[in-house]
Amino acid sequence: MAGHTKYVPQSAPAKWLEARLPVISLIRGSFVDFPTPKNLNYWWTFGGIAFFVLVVQIVTGIVLVMHYTPHVDMAFASVEHIMRDVNYGWLIRYLHANGASMFFIAVYIHIFRGMYYGSYKAPREISWILGVIIFLLMMATAFMGYVLPWGQMSLWGATVITNLFSAIPVVGEGIVTWLWGGFSVGNPTLNRFFSLHYLLPFVIVGVVLLHIWAFHTTGNNNPVGVDPKSDKDTIPFHPYYTMKDLLAIVVFMIFFSWFVFYLPNYMGHADNYIEGNPLVTPAHIVPEWYFLPFYAILRAVPDKLGGVVLMFGAIAVLFFLPWLDTSKVRSATFRPLFKIFFWLFGIYCVALGYLGAMPAEGIYVILSRIFTTLYFLHFLVVLPLLGFIEKPDKVPESINDAVLADHGKPSAA
Amino acid sequence: MEHSDTAEPNRRDFLYLATGAVGAVGVGALAWPFIHQMNPDASALALASIEVDVSAIDVGQSITVTWRGKPVFIRHRTDKEIEEANNVPLSDLPDPIARNANLDANAEATDLNRSAEGKEPWLVMVGICTHLGCVPLGQKGDFGGWFCPCHGSHYDTAGRIRRGPAPENMLVPPFAFVDDETIRIG
Amino acid sequence: MMPCLPIMASRVQLEIGAGDFKTMKTLLVKSARALALACGVLMAGTAAHAAGEGPHVERQQWSFSGPFGQYDKAQLQRGFKVYREVCAACHSMNYVAFRNLAQEGGPGFSEDEVKALAADYRIEDGPDDFGDMFEREGKPYDHFPAPFPNEKAARAANGGAYPPDLSLIAKARAVKRGFPWFVTDIVTQYQENGPDYLYGLLTGYEEAPEGFEVPVGQYYNTGFISGETLAMAPPLMDELVEYTDGTPMTVDQYARDVSAFLMWAAEPKLEQRKELGLGVMLFLILFASLLYFTKRKIWKDVEH
Repeated sequence: MAGHTKYVPQSAPAKWLEARLPVISLIRGSFVDFPTPKNLNYWWTFGGIAFFVLVVQIVTGIVLVMHYTPHVDMAFASVEHIMRDVNYGWLIRYLHANGASMFFIAVYIHIFRGMYYGSYKAPREISWILGVIIFLLMMATAFMGYVLPWGQMSLWGATVITNLFSAIPVVGEGIVTWLWGGFSVGNPTLNRFFSLHYLLPFVIVGVVLLHIWAFHTTGNNNPVGVDPKSDKDTIPFHPYYTMKDLLAIVVFMIFFSWFVFYLPNYMGHADNYIEGNPLVTPAHIVPEWYFLPFYAILRAVPDKLGGVVLMFGAIAVLFFLPWLDTSKVRSATFRPLFKIFFWLFGIYCVALGYLGAMPAEGIYVILSRIFTTLYFLHFLVVLPLLGFIEKPDKVPESINDAVLADHGKPSAA
Repeated sequence: MEHSDTAEPNRRDFLYLATGAVGAVGVGALAWPFIHQMNPDASALALASIEVDVSAIDVGQSITVTWRGKPVFIRHRTDKEIEEANNVPLSDLPDPIARNANLDANAEATDLNRSAEGKEPWLVMVGICTHLGCVPLGQKGDFGGWFCPCHGSHYDTAGRIRRGPAPENMLVPPFAFVDDETIRIG
Repeated sequence: MMPCLPIMASRVQLEIGAGDFKTMKTLLVKSARALALACGVLMAGTAAHAAGEGPHVERQQWSFSGPFGQYDKAQLQRGFKVYREVCAACHSMNYVAFRNLAQEGGPGFSEDEVKALAADYRIEDGPDDFGDMFEREGKPYDHFPAPFPNEKAARAANGGAYPPDLSLIAKARAVKRGFPWFVTDIVTQYQENGPDYLYGLLTGYEEAPEGFEVPVGQYYNTGFISGETLAMAPPLMDELVEYTDGTPMTVDQYARDVSAFLMWAAEPKLEQRKELGLGVMLFLILFASLLYFTKRKIWKDVEH
């Protein structure tokens, strides 16, 4: 990364520092002089947006911990104390609660962008795999965070999700008891979730840095999917992409603020404003919206172990995506058939999300099964076959050629 | 990188300046809620005053009550203690200011200015050594008042610092006798 | 429509297997359209079903809805009166303190009024110097005392039913909105489903229909979220609570006022939130426009 800068320290202190810890040239090489394809569109800003939301979550989270009490008898009241008494506590909590959803919105768009433009393909497989790890860590963090207010959905969501592990043969029950630190979700569970909920975001930051390191080693992918060939294809990251990302982040903040200030409870569930009661289960246990597609897959299978395996399989299959897609062409722009299947896949995910929110009965179960099948077929059958049967459109020689063609100018080469 | 030279702003024109300024204002405004959240919250502010029944405190006795999480000494002093305090010339005091929240900020540290208004036997003060915040022991030390065991500060019978590292007399909180038997602090 | 979906999916696989490339593309486009349509039908179909869960909640007019919404102070004061004289007999409101009644964005009582009001209540405090609990006058910093010492006592006094705490009730009850309303709600900023539900419940007591067996100790209500009957007897009747400002003393008005009051109790910072939100929105739009022009200026020499 540092290799991308021509930075030479001028002043004596800068030379002194550079000889001992070349942090300035590292930053300049990674985020200032870093040569970036000049044709990245706004879909590429969602990585930066996601990182921004991660920082918001960490800052607001650290502040909330200053006022929150992790104890089953006091957690719910301490959240109400934050909402009612702490100066701007309502703002900070609503930022944090909605920020979780915003993080998932940004990351889902980021993932689908990567899928559309083939960003997972060689040589960026490691970046993609690290991304899937971040996604898993996010899910764990979000799930444990949702337990902390100790409302009815917190308690029962925790109960249902931890019980997933009881599906594992022989050792399942033991694992669940170990997760709980007791014989039901209780105070030990709340405390360990609190501890891990505080820890994991920093692990996410670490994996994000690796994720960036990986694609800064290979260079960014771009909408054309052709690697930069000359200086004509790239521009320095700063000021071009710093400003573009900043603009995108501020526009995203407008969207974020819309929810925080005007619809703060839209993403949440009313039952979580009732204190957790281990004797009464709410009528409909529904996870947060960002888990719904996976929840639908879980419930599509009538077998306990099968459902759990399939749900984790739906995420695990993402790890193999770089090798399941056999096409040599990266960008969907030049893949007429893949493009169609990509949008179909989008529909499957939305449909599964909707079905995850519906009761597990009648037509919904049948539809869940259909869409679960389609979801897996996309990865396991469609993508491997497409590489062999699809005839891609002509791919431009270089990024610069593609840009010039877009502007109706003849190729400079 | 052919464009980097022309696009790099080498002239700070109005647009860049305005964008930068608005951004700076935004960051500043955003910082405030995150700073203000650490200030005492509404429930803490609501508990700012307490009432104490002092009818059972005889001459020569003291009690300690909690106000805003801090110990407050309430002492019904003996005539001897009052006399000793009155006999000290102001010039002997390391801190000649009364440190009484009910009086002017620069009132002199006479015994009258340290004790309750119109009830000189009563001394009410925050029982925290002004050195580094320990709680001094009562009726100890070289001046018959309070002695802080942490770093050896001696206070007299009016709670004034006489010797040791503490810089100020112990603070008299805002308080008043609601009636003959009740003190309201805060 | 639905049963043909698996057939369609298998046909797609079949065609790929046959490897008929030219027709496949058109076929796929058609399948995609059909599938999209199918999803549309599916969602429309489920909307009707979703609406069937729970009672139908009629949307009401509230002064605090929308981006500029604020509480109507007079309404909150009336609602508080209804709460105090009717609901408080059985329902606690643990998270609300007397001092909240005087805070900004609330019913607008003065500090002195709150002091006097708190003094009307007896609060258990202690232990005193002898280790005994004692009763004293309420202070502004006290929370509303609960009518029962604990849940078991509340159940015992109410035929086994537990009158829920009302601090958060306006945010803790939401009837499913269903498609497409849950989408349009984002644009219309509909966040008043709580008070709408409470109003519907309080005005939803009716004679049970012919042949409907109402269990003993239960009351028929068309607005209840989890069933057709509930254990709360109709709490309101006309002229029950004295209004001095000329507002009609009807069940309808009481229900409206107390629902608004309970919304405030659940969301006391609503006014601050919406006021700050307006400023934040205007700022962000200004900043985003400036950034847009700055970004364009920086990029103007780059073909991209």
